[in-house]
Amino acid sequence: MAPPATAAGGRPAGRTRLVLLAMLGLGLAVAPFVLYPVFLMKILCFALFASAFNLLLGFTGLLSFGHAAFFGGAAYFTAHAVKEWGFPPEAGILLGVAGATLMGLVIGFFAIRRQGIYFAMITLALAQMFFFFCLQAGFTRGEDGLQGVPRGHLLGFIDLAQPLNMYFFVLATAAAGVLAIWRIVHSPFGMILRAIRENEQRAISLGYPVSLYKLAAFVMSAALAGLAGGLKALVFQFATLTDVAWQMSGEVILMTLLGGIGTIFGPILGAALVVTLQNYLSATGFPVTVLTGLIFMVCVLLFRRGIVGEFNASRLAARLGLGFNKP
Amino acid sequence: MIFGIPIQALLGQLLIGLINGAFYAMLSLGLAIIFGLLRVINFAHGAQYMMGAFTGLLLLSWLGVNYWLALLLAPLIVGLCGVVIERLALRRLYRLDHLYGLLFTFGLALVIEGGFRYFYGSTGQPYAAPALLSGGVNLGFMYLPVYRAWVVVASLIVCFGVWLLIEKTRFGAYLRAATENPTLVQAFGVNVPLLLTLTYGLGTGLAALAGILAAPIYQVSPLMGSNLIIVVFAIVVVGGMGSIMGAIVTGYMLGILEGLTKVFYPEASNIVIFVIMAIVLLARPAGLFGRDG
Repeated sequence: MAPPATAAGGRPAGRTRLVLLAMLGLGLAVAPFVLYPVFLMKILCFALFASAFNLLLGFTGLLSFGHAAFFGGAAYFTAHAVKEWGFPPEAGILLGVAGATLMGLVIGFFAIRRQGIYFAMITLALAQMFFFFCLQAGFTRGEDGLQGVPRGHLLGFIDLAQPLNMYFFVLATAAAGVLAIWRIVHSPFGMILRAIRENEQRAISLGYPVSLYKLAAFVMSAALAGLAGGLKALVFQFATLTDVAWQMSGEVILMTLLGGIGTIFGPILGAALVVTLQNYLSATGFPVTVLTGLIFMVCVLLFRRGIVGEFNASRLAARLGLGFNKP
Repeated sequence: MIFGIPIQALLGQLLIGLINGAFYAMLSLGLAIIFGLLRVINFAHGAQYMMGAFTGLLLLSWLGVNYWLALLLAPLIVGLCGVVIERLALRRLYRLDHLYGLLFTFGLALVIEGGFRYFYGSTGQPYAAPALLSGGVNLGFMYLPVYRAWVVVASLIVCFGVWLLIEKTRFGAYLRAATENPTLVQAFGVNVPLLLTLTYGLGTGLAALAGILAAPIYQVSPLMGSNLIIVVFAIVVVGGMGSIMGAIVTGYMLGILEGLTKVFYPEASNIVIFVIMAIVLLARPAGLFGRDG
C-alpha cells in the first residue's frame, strides 16, 4: 500500500509505489472472476464512502458523526429517481450526489459553528433528524425501504444487470472518486485544509476564511459520500433506513480509524476489512456490533494511527522507501 | 378546550413531556458532570442507562431484590463498572484529542448494547412498579398515575441533590476547582486522578439511576438508550455544558416542549428538539448556558 506523498517529509518512492499500484489494479481487474462480484462492489462502495469521510476527518480534522445522512440520503434519491421516475443510472447517481451536496451544505452550515466534540454531536443530531424524516416521509416507504431498483443501461447501451459490467462501472466510479480526493488533498486547497487541521487559530490569523474552507471540505466530503451511496443503491437495488441510521455513521468512522486516519489507502483497506468481517460473521451468528465496538476500543487505545499509518511509520516502510515520518 | 385541543389531551401530553424531561435532565446532568472534569463526551451514557434498567430487572429475577433496594444497588453496580472502565482505559486518553474519548465510549456503547442484545434479544421486558407506587389518582381534570408523579419528584430530588453536592460540599469544591485547573489543584495535594475516577463513577451511576426509574414506564430492552442518547446530545448542545443548573433546566424545558409538540403537531415531535438545536446554534452558538466554544 502506497502512502500519500506529503509536501513535508515525503520521500519520492516512485518505482515501488507504481509497482504496488499496478499490482492493486491488476488484482481489482481479476477479482470479479474469482470472488463474488456483489461482495467486491460492496467493498468498493464503502471504500469510496470511507475515503470521502476521511477527506473531512483525516485532512481537515473534523469528526462528523452524521455521514450516514449523505450516504443513505443519496441512496434514497438515486433509488427513487431510477425506480419511480425512470431515470437512467448515471442521471440517478448524479441526482443522488446533488441531493447529498445540498444536504452537506445545510448540515455543514450549522455544524461548523462549533468545534471538536460539539461538531461531532451536532452532525450526529442533524443526521438523526434526517433519519426521522426518512422514517416518516412517503417516498422512502418507511420500514420497507425502496426495493427492486432496476440497474438500467449505462449511457443507454451498457447493461448493468450484467454483474461484470456493473462491477467495472462501480470500480471506475470509485477509482475516480478516490482520485478526486487524492487531487483535492494534494492541491493548494488541501494544504490549507491541513493547516486548519493542525492549527485553526494560526490559519485564521494568516487571513484564511477558515469557516468557508471548512464548509467547502464538508460539502465535498458529503458529495463524495453521496456518490458512494448512489452506487450502493444500484449495486444492491434497494435503499433502506439502515443506510441513514447512526450505526452507519459509526461504521464509516471505524473503517477510517482501522485503516488509518489521514492516509489515502487507509480507509480503503479499512473498508475492505470491515466488510469482509461482516460478511464472514453474518454466517456465524456472532454479534457483529460487539466485535465492531471491540475493534473501536482497541484501535483508540492501542493503535490510533491505524494499519496503514502504523505501516508508514514502520521500519519496513522506510526500507521500501515508502515511509514518511508522521507524528 | 385550548386552541381547539381538549384540556385532558393537553395535560396528558404535558405530563409525558415532563417525565421525558425528567430523564433528559438526569442524563444531560451526568454528561455535563463527566464532560466538565474529564473532557470526555460519554457516548456510553445511553448504554449505561440501559444497564441500570437491566440490573434492576436481573436483580429481581435472579435474587428477588425489590424495586427500592434496586434503586440503590443498580446505580452502585453500574457506577462501579464505570470506575473500572475509567481506571483501565479512559484515563489513558485524557492527554489526547477529546475526540478519542468520544470514539472509545462509542465503541463501549456498541459492545454493551450488542452484548445485551445477544443474550436477551431485542424485545422489551416489563418491570412492574412497586405496589406502593402503582395505581393512580383522579385529580378531577385528569388521571395521574402515581408512578409517573414519583418519577418527576425523584428526578427533581436527584437533580437538586447533585447540585447541592457540587455547589455546597468539599468534594464539589474540589471538583469545580479541578474543572477550572487540574494541575493547580493537584499541586495543592488533592488526588485529582481519584477525583476523575469518582466523577466518572458518579456520572454513570446517575445514568443507571435514570434507567431503573425508567424501567417500569418503558419496557426494559437493550436498545432503550441508543436513540435517547442522541436526543440528549442535542439537549446538551442547546444548553451548553457550562453549568449544572443549565443542564437540568434545559432537560426539563425541552422535554415539555416535545410533549407540547405532540399535541399541536405530532408529525414533528421526533425532530422538534433537533430543530431547536439548529435555531440555538444560529442565535447563540455557545448554547443557552454555555461558556466555552
